[in-house]
Amino acid sequence: MTEHTETILDASAVERTLRRMAGEIVEANGGTDNLVIVGIQRRGVQLADRIVALINASDGVAVPRGALDITLYRDDLQTIGPRPVVGSTELPGSIDGCNVVIVDDVLFTGRTIRAALDELADFGRPARIELAVLIDRGGRELPIQPDIVGKKVAARAGDRVDVQVHEIDGQSAVVLVSKRFE
Amino acid sequence: MTRPVLLTGGRVLDPSQQMDSVADVLLVDDTVAAIGRDIGRPDDAQTVDCAGLIVSPGFIDVHCHLREPGRADVETIASGARAAAAGGFTAVCAMPNTDPVIDNPAAVGFVVRQGLRAGAARVYPIGAISVGQRGEALAEFGEMVDAGAIGVSDDGKPVVSAQLMRTALEYARTFQIPVIDHCEEPTLAAGGAMNEGIVSARLGLKGIPDEAEEIMAIRDILLARLTRGHVHLAHMSTKGSVELIRWGKDRGINVTAEVCPHHLSLTEEAVEGYDTNAKMNPPLRTAEDVETLRQAVRDGTIDLVATDHAPHHYDEKEREFQNAPNGIVGLETALSVVVDSLVVPGHIDFGTLVDRMSCSPARLFGLPGGTLRVGSPADVTVFDPARRWTVDPDLFLSKGRNTPYAGMTLTGRTICTVVAGQVVYTLN
Amino acid sequence: MTAAAPLGKDLLGLEPLSGEQISLILDTAEPFKEISERAIKKVPTLRGSTVVNLFFENSTRTRISFEFAEKRLSADTVNVSSSGSSVSKGETLVDTARNLEAMRIDMVVIRHGSSGAAKFLAGRIESNVINAGDGMHEHPTQGLLDLLTLRDHFKRIEGLRVCICGDVLHSRVARSNIWGLRKLGAEVAVCGPRSLMPNAIDEMGVTVFSRIEEAIEWADALNILRLQLERMTAGYIPSLREYNRVFGVTRERLERAPRDVLILHPGPMNRGVEIDSDVADGPHSVILPQVTNGVAVRMAVLYLLSGGRPELAESAKAGKGGA
Repeated sequence: MTEHTETILDASAVERTLRRMAGEIVEANGGTDNLVIVGIQRRGVQLADRIVALINASDGVAVPRGALDITLYRDDLQTIGPRPVVGSTELPGSIDGCNVVIVDDVLFTGRTIRAALDELADFGRPARIELAVLIDRGGRELPIQPDIVGKKVAARAGDRVDVQVHEIDGQSAVVLVSKRFE
Repeated sequence: MTRPVLLTGGRVLDPSQQMDSVADVLLVDDTVAAIGRDIGRPDDAQTVDCAGLIVSPGFIDVHCHLREPGRADVETIASGARAAAAGGFTAVCAMPNTDPVIDNPAAVGFVVRQGLRAGAARVYPIGAISVGQRGEALAEFGEMVDAGAIGVSDDGKPVVSAQLMRTALEYARTFQIPVIDHCEEPTLAAGGAMNEGIVSARLGLKGIPDEAEEIMAIRDILLARLTRGHVHLAHMSTKGSVELIRWGKDRGINVTAEVCPHHLSLTEEAVEGYDTNAKMNPPLRTAEDVETLRQAVRDGTIDLVATDHAPHHYDEKEREFQNAPNGIVGLETALSVVVDSLVVPGHIDFGTLVDRMSCSPARLFGLPGGTLRVGSPADVTVFDPARRWTVDPDLFLSKGRNTPYAGMTLTGRTICTVVAGQVVYTLN
Repeated sequence: MTAAAPLGKDLLGLEPLSGEQISLILDTAEPFKEISERAIKKVPTLRGSTVVNLFFENSTRTRISFEFAEKRLSADTVNVSSSGSSVSKGETLVDTARNLEAMRIDMVVIRHGSSGAAKFLAGRIESNVINAGDGMHEHPTQGLLDLLTLRDHFKRIEGLRVCICGDVLHSRVARSNIWGLRKLGAEVAVCGPRSLMPNAIDEMGVTVFSRIEEAIEWADALNILRLQLERMTAGYIPSLREYNRVFGVTRERLERAPRDVLILHPGPMNRGVEIDSDVADGPHSVILPQVTNGVAVRMAVLYLLSGGRPELAESAKAGKGGA
């Protein structure tokens, strides 16, 4: 069995996709008032930073950005080991009445987003929560759908979709890794 | 009259008569009848093939706790005597710290009778030094000796009062019995659960310093000098004690001393993990102490090996370390532990082992046995010096299971034990 | 999925842990600090887990800290204390343990007066066991919260000079601190009367100061142990007055130090004995941050020991890979 790697988005394609997503976020919210962008640890946070920067470049507004680590809200903690590393959660002040956009790299089963919704509810009561993902690879296990999608990818159950960001991986790309029998 | 017993073809090892040769041993009635190559075979003799085995005068343990009366659930004189026989002991001396304390002739007589009924190893009572072992009034040594006591001790605790110890040594001279002391300075040892040192500091257990033993050891040696009585120091555990005993012996003071197999084989490291089967008093000490004690057995500074066999119910040991009782069973592992810690590493030969476990205790305590001279009691131990076996406490004849040697593979095993001309134990 | 838990089944002390394991606990405690700052101070991490706080010794402070940690992780908690329970009716520790286990619990936090009690319990039940102080042995979560507090302040542990002051002989806090600090590369000293030091203290890899002035001159931080009043009645020291005169940490003594010395104390304090009030309440005291960190560190330990149950993992296999 060998791993087969295919680049779905290269650096410039990622950049173009994020720019489009940033535009859609502003448009869907009728501007940037009350907008809060919340990235999910780990790579969702870097993508959220890029989106915030892109909005700042186009609209000249610094949208508040938060980071959410959903580890402690996972529904499989009793079964997995060793314990996953817990990242930091920081929200930019109160989220009561805000339009929160959750940003994540890949949407798969939907369980991460379920956890994120639970966690956000512990911080306050936003007016509205939307979901923006760079990649939707299908395979949902919960009734959760994205509002804004960078790209849809038809990945099979055993495949992996790796989103790479500069800050962590040294390059920006989206790669589909699939296992194949020769 | 019982059948004669003929032990054939063994290596007869008897330091009391400098004998070390392959020979047959004939036991008739309750005495040794003949030793030699061609001593004939009575028609009705029970023959034991001893080829490859050592035939020695029966081992004598001068220090064990048989728990009866009072704790027959833990050990009885009968179960202890059977365990002794299984360990190669043809005689054991039972310490008086039972409930009630053996501090009067009637109680001594009880132990004697229970021992006789057991029909295994001989059981010699040790009487208490003080009434109720309370360290106050002297017990009736004379009456106890007449009833069968062979020594006196308040073992389990020290004789705190120097004056009482002095009187005991003087009074015991009248009856020519040893005064056996458990050397422990009680205020230094108070609350202690193990040896004081780096391990106790790490484990957070209160330590018992060497000096708690040594202060009492030198006190007793000095009182023996004063009184010219015979003091026997039980379960010596420290390098310092060995030096003090040597000091006393060099000056002709009548001091004798014993060491337990566990103090010859284990160190305080065994307490790591809070194993309550490594809890005893005196505690397991350091490797340096173990080494010194081994040398002292070799050079005779320590006269003999005694077990301090101390059975406990498993519930009593199944608890927090500091609250667990002291002591381990030792009768059925003593020979093997001595072989592994002294003979195998080359500190002593088997002749010295037999001396320290048989001849020396008989001589120093004035007991029958300790020799295979013709006409002496037919108390014989036959053991395999090379047999390797794994300790399984569930197979002990003792009721006690509390041993730190469980699961260990040891060298040397009793094959057959003869008491008063009767085979009382044979290894299956 | 059956990979070993990062700390093993139990937390019995810091001596058996590696520096990496200790650092992992401290790193894990960081995000847990934030949870206690939220309006809703609770995450669902240990929902459905049952934790028993088994306290054979009174310790309001440690028990409350553990209880907060457990509740903020949504565990169900039961407190068993020695008074008024079967524990005081002569039931043995092993029976207590088996009875708890029979009620299907997940974790036990045990405080006990006997050294080794936590280890004893851990060897006899399948639940995770956390040592909340056993006799004179260890108090690992206290050691961890001290480390976290030092790290918060100095941004490092390695190379720090920390002196533990007072009754080292009887102190489980001292032992956990010595192991934890040394494993993370700090220089450790102790200071106090020799009658309250283990005889073998020199073999524990620490410097020994007989005079508090020398310790203050040397140290970046002092961890001042509580002087149990029983030590005086038991004859280890002649009087509390003399103890304060000779070993008390006072403002005058600190003012002569060549640098600011951070002050830690595991509490409860005997003001005017081992520590003066103006030191305890002074600008270099981190005694209250220690308490705050206690909850975070205990949450981290509960989190790291929990879960990882292979029998439940079977059903969760599908969840692998990007949730």
